[in-house]
Amino acid sequence: MNFDDTPQEAAFRAEARAWIAANAPKQYEDELAKASLGRLVLSGANVLDVAKAWQKKKADAGWACLHWPKEYGGRGSSPIERVIWQQEEGAFGKLSRMFIIGHGMCGPTMMAYASEEHKRNYLPPLASGEKVWCQLFSEPAGGSDVAGLRTRAERDGDDWVINGQKIWTSGAHYSDYGILITRTDPTVPKHKGLTMFFLDMKSPGVEIKPIKQANGQSEFNEVYFTDVRIPDSQRLGAVGDGWNVSLTTLMNERMSIGASVATGFPELFDYCNDLVIDGAPAIDDRAVRAKLANWAVKASGLKYTAFRSISALSRGERPGPENSIGKLVAGSMIQEVATYALDLQGAAGVVSDPAQAEVAGKFQAMLLRSPATRVEGGTDEILRNIIAERVLGLPGDIRVDKDVPFNKIPTKGRG
Amino acid sequence: MNFEFSDDQKQLRDQARRFLAEKCPPKAVRAVLEGSAGYDKALWSGLAEMGFLGVAIPEEFGGTGAGHLELCVIAEEMGRALAPVPFSSTVYLAAEALMLAGSDAQKQKWLPKIASGEAVGALALFEGPGNPSPQAIKVAAANGVLNGVKKPVADGAIADFAIVAARVGSSGRETDIALYLVDLKAGGVEAKTLTNVDPSRNQAELTFKNCKAEPLGAANEGWSILTRVLDRAAVLMAFEQVGGADRALEMGRDYALDRIAFGRQIGSFQAIKHILADMYVAATLARSNCYYGAWALSTNAGELGEAAATARISATQAFQHCSKQNIQVHGGMGFTWEFDCHLYYRRSNALALSLGSLSYWEDQLIERMRKKNVA
Repeated sequence: MNFDDTPQEAAFRAEARAWIAANAPKQYEDELAKASLGRLVLSGANVLDVAKAWQKKKADAGWACLHWPKEYGGRGSSPIERVIWQQEEGAFGKLSRMFIIGHGMCGPTMMAYASEEHKRNYLPPLASGEKVWCQLFSEPAGGSDVAGLRTRAERDGDDWVINGQKIWTSGAHYSDYGILITRTDPTVPKHKGLTMFFLDMKSPGVEIKPIKQANGQSEFNEVYFTDVRIPDSQRLGAVGDGWNVSLTTLMNERMSIGASVATGFPELFDYCNDLVIDGAPAIDDRAVRAKLANWAVKASGLKYTAFRSISALSRGERPGPENSIGKLVAGSMIQEVATYALDLQGAAGVVSDPAQAEVAGKFQAMLLRSPATRVEGGTDEILRNIIAERVLGLPGDIRVDKDVPFNKIPTKGRG
Repeated sequence: MNFEFSDDQKQLRDQARRFLAEKCPPKAVRAVLEGSAGYDKALWSGLAEMGFLGVAIPEEFGGTGAGHLELCVIAEEMGRALAPVPFSSTVYLAAEALMLAGSDAQKQKWLPKIASGEAVGALALFEGPGNPSPQAIKVAAANGVLNGVKKPVADGAIADFAIVAARVGSSGRETDIALYLVDLKAGGVEAKTLTNVDPSRNQAELTFKNCKAEPLGAANEGWSILTRVLDRAAVLMAFEQVGGADRALEMGRDYALDRIAFGRQIGSFQAIKHILADMYVAATLARSNCYYGAWALSTNAGELGEAAATARISATQAFQHCSKQNIQVHGGMGFTWEFDCHLYYRRSNALALSLGSLSYWEDQLIERMRKKNVA
């Protein structure tokens, strides 16, 4: 048992480290290191511009989307090299946030289902960050029940005509392209009538409205489609096979190993070292220690669970199912941590103005953003279902709409 | 990175699992639970024959000298099977204390007997309610004899020898505490079994009356040796707890698959699925933390103190959570004497208290993290 790199891994790490040291936008390193959930501010700069510039620089030197094939803008690296890169990129990796959906979900879906010509045209600028992609899945009528979506696609000559609405689309407002799942046949059971496309977000009839979130920010959008035309050549997978195509996308969403999940613990631990309560550091208080210890072992458990998966990758094996716990644990933990950090501040915890609040309002921002971590990318409840069914082998829930034609499924709970 | 047990170590685990499946079925645990023997003597001899008792003891002292990673995988299986034997007292505590601080003569005398199954050891530390602390130790050592009462002492009434923490000074410092080695068969000590929440393991009160004792380690280093022994034992105990947690999870999962209610497998209800998913989460976090502890233990890393506390807290939580929720998944049947759920519930709660309870380790963990942060 050891944490050492193999000689090849060590060589790769040294190369990555040297390149990052020479090329990363160091002027932002401090602010990036301090950024936490709900707050990423770079003084005197637009985050999107800085992120795009860093991504382009990486791509030009062959450090973008490492695990993708070279001809599509990647480096052809092994999974373990991708993990090593992420470790070395450190705080600068936070600049990749707006590319996560494109690189983690849209790219792999295009790679699996798009034509060779499309892959060569669209993937390299996606890898380099010159073009940003979004994923148009969730709808007002289908969140956890994605297959309940209602956006229609109807064939018209060589095109498909799209009408409907998507919601919770991350980054749609700065995206150039999107992958879109639609209903092409409402007369068959819900999973069978779906078809996937990709489209230009500037297409006529696409209207993007930012959602004002509960924390006051706007990372997500509603996207409306009115008679939007998509050529059939931009269909991904067979007509009616959209559900299977979407599973490729969602699997990739949940498989990103090594991308460290934020728990809020390091921030809380530092805070408790600095905060003085009744004349003594908060960390010397036994009640504080008990709370901290509980979160410390969770944060540590997540870290070493990732190390187990990384070890499997290092041996060239597929990681086990242990990594499936990450977001479930971290999501509720960061909310609890933020709540407790405010509790320690007493009445002053209510102040969120960065100029006035403790540690520049970091924990207040975390508190207000954290409810979303337990919903986005699979709710806590869906994640528990996945663990129970796929890891523990328990039977699926009984689905009353499974064999019912989609247009016969009730749409209202009452009345 | 190779943060995983080797193929040889996994084979050893499989071997231990097969051996215990045959020699230590729930029936054997119940025999100790409901009887008065204190432990399963046949199983103890069998473990010695397999070489499991001396796996971390060097060959020159009668062990196989394999190492602590090997001991970790065996500990996990012992926990999984709820082995009703004084394994933790003898192997994690007594043997580790001897290996850390014993004189050559002490090691020559006791370690081969541990490896061969001839001697059961125990650590006599606690004196009533409270967690490990130098101030709590009243048993006094003077002129080579001990006086006072230790309780509870895990496996105290079945042990052949004990490592005893005793007071040699009254300065209020850790150096007031020294460790002693006592041959419990040589007279001067009276052992009384205490009824406890997990009768598949012995708990006792030991009363020392002018009991002859020999020093173990330097006189002023007793507490520091003890702390190191507890850290090492915490990692090993955590593996035992994770083994138990995994088995409790499997029992709950199997019952959820077999039991039909409302016309369907109860495992198809989300209320049951989510209980089991949370059990899996707790067991997985604990296992990963245990691996960190195993690495630190086997390499004598500077991180051992932090890793041991982390593994201990996480595994205590996981075993308690899984054994408790296993009963919940079973419903009423889980609360019968006949079903094995209560065996795991009892063991999880007894082990949670055995080396200092959660609050002790929580305090230790944060103290150690704070010191590292300052440094």
